[in-house]
Amino acid sequence: MTTYGRGLRGLSLAAAATITVALALVFFYAPLDADQGFIQKIFYIHVPLAITALCGFVFGGVLGAMYLRTGERKWDIRSYVAIHMALIFGVGTLLTGTIWAKASWGHWWVWSDPTLTSFLIVMLLFATYQPLRFSIEDPERQSRYASVFAVVAGAFVPLNFIAVRAAQQYVHPRVLTLTGGNLPGSMRLTFLVSLVGIALLYVTLWKYEMAAKSTRMQVRALRRALLGEDSVAPLKRSAAPS
Amino acid sequence: MLRDVSLQVPAGSTLAVLGRNGAGKSTLLRILATLLRPHAGDVLVFGEALPRRGFAVRGQVGLLAHDPLLYRDLSGRENLSYHARLHDIGPDRVEEVLEAVGMRERADEPVRLLSRGLVQRLAVCRTVLHAPSLLLLDEPLANLDPAATELVGPLIGRDSGATRVLTSHDPQAALAEADVVLGLEDGRTAFVTSADKVDAAAVKRLYV
Amino acid sequence: MRTVLTVLRKDLLLELRGFETLPAMILFAIVTFVIFHFGLNQDTIDGQLAAGVLTVTLLFAAMLGINRLFVAEREQGGFDAFLLAPVDRSALLVAKATALFLFLVVLEVIAVPAFGLLLLGPSLAHALPGLIAVLALGDVALAVIGTLVSAIAVQTRARDLIGPIIGLPLLLPALIGMARGAGPLLVAHGSSSPPGKWVAILALYDVVFALLSYAVFDFLLED
Repeated sequence: MTTYGRGLRGLSLAAAATITVALALVFFYAPLDADQGFIQKIFYIHVPLAITALCGFVFGGVLGAMYLRTGERKWDIRSYVAIHMALIFGVGTLLTGTIWAKASWGHWWVWSDPTLTSFLIVMLLFATYQPLRFSIEDPERQSRYASVFAVVAGAFVPLNFIAVRAAQQYVHPRVLTLTGGNLPGSMRLTFLVSLVGIALLYVTLWKYEMAAKSTRMQVRALRRALLGEDSVAPLKRSAAPS
Repeated sequence: MLRDVSLQVPAGSTLAVLGRNGAGKSTLLRILATLLRPHAGDVLVFGEALPRRGFAVRGQVGLLAHDPLLYRDLSGRENLSYHARLHDIGPDRVEEVLEAVGMRERADEPVRLLSRGLVQRLAVCRTVLHAPSLLLLDEPLANLDPAATELVGPLIGRDSGATRVLTSHDPQAALAEADVVLGLEDGRTAFVTSADKVDAAAVKRLYV
Repeated sequence: MRTVLTVLRKDLLLELRGFETLPAMILFAIVTFVIFHFGLNQDTIDGQLAAGVLTVTLLFAAMLGINRLFVAEREQGGFDAFLLAPVDRSALLVAKATALFLFLVVLEVIAVPAFGLLLLGPSLAHALPGLIAVLALGDVALAVIGTLVSAIAVQTRARDLIGPIIGLPLLLPALIGMARGAGPLLVAHGSSSPPGKWVAILALYDVVFALLSYAVFDFLLED
């Protein structure tokens, strides 16, 4: 059993430190946007959240593929945690996105924005992940089907962005272009620190949840071994792999 | 759920699996048919390990279970032709098995119009179509009248020459045909013996 | 290949016997056109609006077909029959997707002229070649994703619900491609060939998901 707890303290500290530095930079270092004012600074949270969520989904797909390849439950658990963390970060993205949209464009939702729309589609897709898991009772089949879903949905993420971007005019500020970004220096630094901070936060939370689940499973296995089969109550039907 | 089931069946012999409903008989058959994965332990069919070598085994196994596995809107002949093509067998074989169970005249009627006995005969046809060396028979004589029972004898009975694993609601009937007997209780082995050494009391206990 | 044809033949035969799915899809499409006529309160529509209406209608008609795709297997134990045969299991995916594709083609042969008659303003004639190309690519996407999603759904408890809720978001890029590809064609004096960008996106989508589905399908069938 891999110990997820190892290195967790260091990771947490690193994440906390980076986020603190990022916040400091956001408030004191990054320039105030001429058009949008202070609210523009939500960009430093919104975009890293978006990028991390999307990478999280793709990461979940990769982990799902590993489960299909090896059949070891641990990959399915990792995939599950990756996706449901990414979903949480995704909800954060949508919330910060709408706040920003309202503040800078005056509308809570703008259809003409390809990035928001793509993101919404991806979220709609991944929102079905847990209902799908929940509706399959046999645990091995649940893991297998969830992994198939994770792989297909993970491949879907980049494809979706290509399609939607091609479809719409560019209202969303194009911060990251293929040439690597057109941010002025001070903004770029703040953005990068923020991105690293949020990515670290994701990894830390992922590890925490993996550690918690793994520990729980080990406890159950030990109890079963020491006290016999009946001492451990069977788990209720759930969407989470156990 | 099956646990701690361990035995060997020599080729050409018949294994009878006894036990109550829910004891795990059907599960065992499905594992041997490569339809279910064994989670632990070794399952070897004709020397091939399951589940890894499942595809090597499939063509040699015939399963006759509760579900006849026939499409109700198609006729008997169409169903068998479908299976024949899946197993890469020519149409003559289809006629041969239909003849053997006395179904040639009624083979063009949709299956949903046939009585359960006739459907069972077609199911037997489907099972032996590809001349499998291992027959997995879950209540094979269900719904069959004595005439039909006689007809299917050469196909799935002891004379067929195949290795057979069979279950039956009637333990005496199963014991009459068996070489080896496995008794299952709640997914675990109650006993494994050769047929001549079977303890009648132990059999009775299984069904209590 | 032989397996694909065998399964396909069986499915087409079953549909011919039962004749439920295809008529339902066609009827649904036509009724939907009527609903749109009243809902939009317009005698004729053209351009992007028309393309959107057509795409959405075809999509929902396709959903009917998708829900029914594995119904014979589910109800008549057919999965086991296939699983017991010494064949490549991905052939089932190819066969079912082909069957669905054929159903969609038949659907469109009837529904598109009906659309031209009931709702579309400009004539279909010049748009037809381009439209056929766009619809064909879109049908491949619907067929592949539809089969994949249907195979997943058939093993879950909420069968008829899970299929659409997973399938619709997955299909969105293809639907966008279909609608945007057809839009410029459905105008009076419009072009005869669809915008290359959308054909490319549809083709890319088809290739990626066809390959991906083929790779993962095996995992859905084993037990």
